[in-house]
Amino acid sequence: MSGEKTYVEDVDRAFYDFRNEEKDVYRVRSGLTEEIIREISREKNDPDWMLQFRLRALELFHRIEMPDWGPDISGLDMDNIVTYVRPDTARMHTRWEDVPAEIRDTFERLGIPQSERESLAGVGAQYDSELVYHSVREEVAGQGVVYTDLESALHGEYADMIRQHFMKLVPPTDHKFAALHGAVWSGGSFVYVPPGVTVEIPLQSYFRLNAPGAGQFEHTLIIVDKGAHLHFIEGCSAPKYNVANLHAGCVELFVGEDAVLRYSTIENWSKNMYNLNTKRARVERGGKVEWVSGSFGSHVSYLYPMSILEGRGAGCEFTGVTFAGAGQNLDTGCKIVHNAPETTSYVNTRSISKSGGISTFRSAVVVTPKAEGAKAAVSCQSLMLDDQSRSDTIPAMDIRTSKADVGHEAKIGRIPQEAVYYLMSRGLSEEDAKALIVSGFAENVSKELPLEYAVEMNNLIRIEMKGAIG
Amino acid sequence: MAEQLLKVEGLTAGAAGKEILHGIDLEIGRGETHVLMGPNGAGKSTLAGVLMGDPELEITGGTAVFDGEDLLPLAVDARAKKGMFLSFQNPIEVPGISLENFLRTAIEQRTGKRTRVWAFRKEVKALLEHLQMDPGFAERDLNVGFSGGEKKKAEMLQMLLLKPSLAILDETDSGLDVDAVRTVSKGVEEFQKDRSASLLIITHNAAILSALHVDAVHILVDGKIVETGGPELIGRIGREGFAGFEERAEDAG
Repeated sequence: MSGEKTYVEDVDRAFYDFRNEEKDVYRVRSGLTEEIIREISREKNDPDWMLQFRLRALELFHRIEMPDWGPDISGLDMDNIVTYVRPDTARMHTRWEDVPAEIRDTFERLGIPQSERESLAGVGAQYDSELVYHSVREEVAGQGVVYTDLESALHGEYADMIRQHFMKLVPPTDHKFAALHGAVWSGGSFVYVPPGVTVEIPLQSYFRLNAPGAGQFEHTLIIVDKGAHLHFIEGCSAPKYNVANLHAGCVELFVGEDAVLRYSTIENWSKNMYNLNTKRARVERGGKVEWVSGSFGSHVSYLYPMSILEGRGAGCEFTGVTFAGAGQNLDTGCKIVHNAPETTSYVNTRSISKSGGISTFRSAVVVTPKAEGAKAAVSCQSLMLDDQSRSDTIPAMDIRTSKADVGHEAKIGRIPQEAVYYLMSRGLSEEDAKALIVSGFAENVSKELPLEYAVEMNNLIRIEMKGAIG
Repeated sequence: MAEQLLKVEGLTAGAAGKEILHGIDLEIGRGETHVLMGPNGAGKSTLAGVLMGDPELEITGGTAVFDGEDLLPLAVDARAKKGMFLSFQNPIEVPGISLENFLRTAIEQRTGKRTRVWAFRKEVKALLEHLQMDPGFAERDLNVGFSGGEKKKAEMLQMLLLKPSLAILDETDSGLDVDAVRTVSKGVEEFQKDRSASLLIITHNAAILSALHVDAVHILVDGKIVETGGPELIGRIGREGFAGFEERAEDAG
């Protein structure tokens, strides 16, 4: 396996050593204070407007109530929220032996090389990912595409553009965790695709998020200008392990006139994670956003990517799969606002629950009076693998014009026994037969992914299906 | 007589508490082609299902030995790996899995080896041609939206790729038009080219058999094999139907 990637394990020991010395452990305070925010801001070398932004967000964070409508998140220690924001760095630089056995096991089954496993677990640094990232960055730079980390972009020639867009789609007033994000965000990607440019290779944030501690409050800002095309991929199927178990990231996508942006995610946070992520896209006239979303990890997820169709003929396609296993309560779905004539949306999701997992599909389609001739179709299928698991569908529709065409269908089912028998009669074990059926069920998503991700996703399903028998 | 591959003795089985097979004795040698005929409801598909291990069926008595091993305790996949194959009367549709991917998975399970993609594709393509199926078929979801004839051809394709030692064809010819029956028959002929491969062809139609070499014919009526003979039995059924055998079963019962 290790032959597949060029790993330089011994080079640059100094990097490790340096980091080990860097273990400032911030004093744990009972709450998130202005002082901490100023500290973060100073460390990041924020421009002043960003510091002010963070401070306003902090105020909002203290004022806004916890959400009271979704899965239980009382396991989050809100009194010690600072421990999520400023986790004990000595613990972050954890040893391989400290990484939970379940995660090490998954790496093994996914066939990820040891050195890469360590970096995914936040133990080591990932040299070749950095290399790939830099080469990709250079390649697309030739087309005028900017692909960089958000923090350094705040000081470059795109600083004004970022200022105009940062948290304009997801304002900190949105909900408590958006406010938290606004106050403490750290890391993430910035992409700008100039008018008319088609980026041929998918850009992948995976290159950027594996640094220890990164990826917990990361901010992704993507601007695809008129007539441009981009595919952006977030995440990877190996479990991401963080000592602090809150993820409150934010994704903002601006899709220009006649532009197309595909945003793919395969998310597999470790099973102790509270994933309270906010994603939103705004689409101009004739533009299109395509979400491809696979949710496998986390203990609790609240995830509803939202698309605002602002211009005539703007469109949204949402393709998702959610797999909730033992101990998981995954509340996922999407929201679409049709706010212009002849806008279209198509939602096609699958949810799978097993071993007591709870999978809830929540969708909202809003059609404003401006959206005459809008078309919306929502289709949701659920598969329950046993009697202990739960699957719910909560569709909401708010249609303010009589001239719209809106449809919804939901189906809940189980694996047909005769299909398992049929596949077994060709030599597949019961486990493999069921995994194959579940993979087929999730094919709406896998067929939209680049091959290597589709393969990883199917591996992941196989892993989740292990022990599903009986 | 050829080396014994399957030996069934006194097999009784049924479904939902109702006995359907009332003591089946059947022996199939390696490389032999046997035909099982009988009227509707005689228990032909039940026998096929019992041999493959259909979980809906209950075995209440008797034994079955397949390739030297007690068959009945084996799980369905273990039977398949041992060389048993059943061409289903109603193959199940499995959305999201392409025929090709499924075939590859199945072959890898059967052989325990990874397939070589190009060699495998070539083999599939040749077989598709042989079975007069469109090459694009391999990319379609397993059985999804296939016509009756296409499903049966896809079963033959699986049989020819998996190369089982005993293939049971459960009315593979039923509901097919003349051309499709001819194609299926060609597939079976191809399978017979392997001299060690055995067949149990369940049918109530002589057409599929006309071009095939047949070693033995069994007549199943009311859950019992009432007569076993040579290929000449096929002609007799063709002329007289099962009426004479049914009377005999009643007398015996």
